[in-house]
Amino acid sequence: MISAGLMNTLQVTVLVLVAAGATVVVRTRSRIRQVLALSVYGMLLAILFLVFQAPDVTLSELTVGAIALPIILLLAIAKVRKREQ
Amino acid sequence: MTARQRLWFFAIAAAGLVACLLWAFTGLPGFGNYPGPYGQEILRQAVAQTHATGVVSAINFEYRGFDTVGEEFILFTAAAGMSVVLRRLRKERQTEPVDEAKTRTIPATSSAVRIAALLLVGPTAVLGWWLASHAQTSPSGGFQGGVILASAFILIYLAGEFLTFRRLSPVALLDAVEAAGAGGFVAIGLAAIAMNLPFLDNYLPLGQYPGAISSSGTIALISFFVGIEVAAAFTAIIGELLEQTLLRSA
Repeated sequence: MISAGLMNTLQVTVLVLVAAGATVVVRTRSRIRQVLALSVYGMLLAILFLVFQAPDVTLSELTVGAIALPIILLLAIAKVRKREQ
Repeated sequence: MTARQRLWFFAIAAAGLVACLLWAFTGLPGFGNYPGPYGQEILRQAVAQTHATGVVSAINFEYRGFDTVGEEFILFTAAAGMSVVLRRLRKERQTEPVDEAKTRTIPATSSAVRIAALLLVGPTAVLGWWLASHAQTSPSGGFQGGVILASAFILIYLAGEFLTFRRLSPVALLDAVEAAGAGGFVAIGLAAIAMNLPFLDNYLPLGQYPGAISSSGTIALISFFVGIEVAAAFTAIIGELLEQTLLRSA
């Protein structure tokens, strides 16, 4: 078993990482880079849920936040770009 | 209002918000403390009642199965709405992409990407299938498994090209699978009513012991139907969007 102290350290670390990740997503202005940052942020959220002992939510967040949403956004950007040309 | 006044206005409002939030936080239960009765009660009873060691699935597909039916149809409606909004209009036609900046060099998809994507297709499909069919014994389920199964199709697009992706996932087949998945879930629930039981009651044999792959009755079956529904819906949505990038207004 992982000791309670280590678990708390892990939880705090992941919370800080998630806050930092969210800031990076908002501060990124380039569209493509923002989507990639969002994907990494989804990954961080997945780790957060895992650390807080919700493996089922981890799987959902991993599939939707790190895979499905970025792909849909990338395709939407590709479509809009085409119209701009 | 000058910039200075606006700043003061914001400062006062922000201070008020912070004060209210801090006051509210003091009334919250302790960190990681869950005061409600349901969680403990379900943890005590779920495995014996449903023979599903994946208690989350037992909750999703049994205790609150009715809510999950509603959630299932959110995705179904989203995919249907997407096909309606993104349908090919009369003035749109598919054209070969024309290079409008001829001096620009477009990097070809590297062999590394193609091979890596190709190698991942099989394991991804197996993982998705495993997750969708093991809801009763693990914290997975049809939803997660379905999305991963759909991403196997996206890998095919990355490894090959759009035509291969389309040939492997024809729209008519996707629509049929999606409808079968969503309809199967409801049919399982309605079958219970036909047997004079409540909607979505678990009427299948629960299996000999909890944790076996054949255990948990309708929970495993519902997860399977959710899995194929979600996989088809996501593949349809991605395919629809991919097609959009190839369409242009005439």
